[in-house]
Amino acid sequence: MALNRKIAYIDLTTGKIETKPISVKMRKIFIGGRGLDAYLMYNHIKPGVDALSPDNVAFISAGLLVGTLASASARTHVAAKSPLTGYFGSTNMGGFFAPELRFAGFDHLVIKGKAAKPSYLWIHNGEIEIRNASKIWGKGVRDTQEALREELGDKDIKALTIGIAGEKMVRYANVMTEIKNAGGRTGMGAVLGSKNLKAIAVRGTMDIKIAHPMEALEYDKKIISQVTAAKVSQEQGRLGTLFIWGATNSQGLVRARNFQLNQLEESDAIEPEEFEKHSFGMTGCYGCQVHCRGKYIIPDGEYKGIYDEGPEYTSIGAWAAEPDCRDITTVLAANHLVNDYGMDTIETGSMIAWAMELYEKGILTEKDTGGLDLSFGNKEAVIEMIHRIARRQGLGDILAEGPLRAAKKIGKDSIKYQIHVKGMSNLQSDERPTPSLALGVATASRGSDHLRSRPAIDLYHLPEPVLRQIYSQPAPYEGPLTSEYTDYEGKSWMVFWQEQCYMAVDSLGICKYHTIFLGPNFPNFQEWSKLIYYNTGLEMSPLDIWDAARRATTLERMFNIREGLTRKDDWLVDRYFDEPTKLGIPIIRGRTIDRDKLHKMIDEYYGFGGWDENGVPKPESLKKMGIDKEPTHLL
Amino acid sequence: MQKTLVIDYEKCTGCRLCEMVCSVKHEGVNNPLRCRINIAKWETKGLMVPMVCRQCEDAPCIAACPTNARLRDEELGRVIVNYDRCIGCKTCVIACPFGAINWDPYAKKVISCDLCDGEPLCAKFCETGAIRYIDSSTANKSQQREAAEKLYESTKAAAEAVR
Repeated sequence: MALNRKIAYIDLTTGKIETKPISVKMRKIFIGGRGLDAYLMYNHIKPGVDALSPDNVAFISAGLLVGTLASASARTHVAAKSPLTGYFGSTNMGGFFAPELRFAGFDHLVIKGKAAKPSYLWIHNGEIEIRNASKIWGKGVRDTQEALREELGDKDIKALTIGIAGEKMVRYANVMTEIKNAGGRTGMGAVLGSKNLKAIAVRGTMDIKIAHPMEALEYDKKIISQVTAAKVSQEQGRLGTLFIWGATNSQGLVRARNFQLNQLEESDAIEPEEFEKHSFGMTGCYGCQVHCRGKYIIPDGEYKGIYDEGPEYTSIGAWAAEPDCRDITTVLAANHLVNDYGMDTIETGSMIAWAMELYEKGILTEKDTGGLDLSFGNKEAVIEMIHRIARRQGLGDILAEGPLRAAKKIGKDSIKYQIHVKGMSNLQSDERPTPSLALGVATASRGSDHLRSRPAIDLYHLPEPVLRQIYSQPAPYEGPLTSEYTDYEGKSWMVFWQEQCYMAVDSLGICKYHTIFLGPNFPNFQEWSKLIYYNTGLEMSPLDIWDAARRATTLERMFNIREGLTRKDDWLVDRYFDEPTKLGIPIIRGRTIDRDKLHKMIDEYYGFGGWDENGVPKPESLKKMGIDKEPTHLL
Repeated sequence: MQKTLVIDYEKCTGCRLCEMVCSVKHEGVNNPLRCRINIAKWETKGLMVPMVCRQCEDAPCIAACPTNARLRDEELGRVIVNYDRCIGCKTCVIACPFGAINWDPYAKKVISCDLCDGEPLCAKFCETGAIRYIDSSTANKSQQREAAEKLYESTKAAAEAVR
């Protein structure tokens, strides 16, 4: 059954491998996926370890409903202490790896130590082997997977791998699977690279038993229809996340020229519909009917003829708006390069845009760039810098270190132009007009982030009764809620609620496009309770799921606190407060975030979590949640 | 009216939901080895092709079966298996030109599409239009129109080029 998948402990230094069952009790407390990984991290990573040393521990997991009839339950979670931020590192990705891991008998992998030479793991039907990867070290993401299939003689192998950026320990290197399923942010690829672990190849043919098959089939069909009937899903299915870029750029909610502007003007050449012309169909993750990834072949230039998937919202942001380039081929080629190098789009794009602003301000000169003209608008420079960062050449070696370390190396007042939180670059969106989104970015557990607590539906001006319907269950809430996205009132609860919502989906292994992220009528706690029961037989009420999510988000917070995080880290850079937005529709122009009001929102947000004014979980809240004795070392 | 499963691989997104619902419906478990439809994928080309029994009129699997365990069910226009006669020799698996007959190593039996007795779940769940269950005699119509349109466009383009 879906509950009998095991946890494996793999020590790369000694070669020792142990497996254990995961008790139903632990499932009920932490569910699985990211939730259980939060527990494992707090229990297995010793405080203060160097993220790129053998002392760091990497966790790879499949969510509880992966491989079952829960629509879009395909997510893999990877966690470790982040080499980028020094805090909680985590990434959640789609594709086919997590289902294959479950077919092979495992839900969680705990990877310790460091292999003496380049290695990979081969996991198949309950067996785990550490194998020599010297032949595949140095290969890109797609060649690595093809080489593994060749070597192991099975075309259906799924592999989670690092690219050259991970080998070079670029601090925001990704883990990747298939062509473009990217486990980005926080540098999980660098952690695997530091362990000499090139890839994890899996293949499984073990049954995942469905507890109530006929009910699960019927309910899955209902959930699928609920999701695909929504216009936002249909747009996703046609344009992928590019459609969000089109919708938000027209209002002035994106970043251009390293946050100097909040809109890319004259953007006709790179609107989503232009990309659609190069797409020859869509592809999707395991069991998903939304299919949000375009399939394209690069039409011209140096990379002409290469197949890749995407691009995404962030691709236009990183490769067009931020460097101020309006060229489709550059976006498609850059998307391909970061996919194959295995490097985070948001971070790479932000670092290059930052370097471009430093070049504009004269802080970086041609001497620093090795003769490269880093002017905004120079599309060749964007492509060249991607290569240099991934291979750590010249200025690329400095930018590969991430916002804070790079700013320290470059010096002068370069830090002033960094758009980051906790040392991780912000998404290519502008949150100055939207306090709720700004609070989410400031407080997200893995550093600046839009996928941990963003109440994106705040942008829809939903009527207050609709908001109340969504945000007052399963945990009761009677405080204020406001429809206007420029307001501060009631937004802290929306952020807090979304944080638990996203933790729940990340623990179940369901995609965020199948919950309240872009669509207000999408499945949430009520539906998950039924999905869990029909598929696994486990009885968890909506409130039980909420409570499990609360425990896990709190443990992530405790991990961060243990690593030295304080209230001042839950904060935005000065430009959010001091430089008003210049462009966009009238309601968005001239906006900044108000420091005092943000402080008040943070106080409220801490309060909901049972944290004190410094953001530290109070002992009585921990006791109430049953996690006051952590670490308990049960797994 | 006899219906048939029509596959349009250009519409397939490769999500494998068809595999999953097939396996769960027939076996109560999800296992890609135990479904009656499989998606063949070429990841680096973006090519995904659902492969399933074509319910051949003159079926090689029926001809190859040494115990007459495979036979046609004319009511639904499908090939069925009489498991009382089947000896599990797997000759049909090899004989099928589409590789559409699977060997289930758990149940130790050959499995192939039974059209879910007239309501195939794969087609019901596939919202992309890649798998449809439609009248056999009109199965080619949309393809015919698409080809006709292309033919028309190319003729028009050729005429304009000459002019």
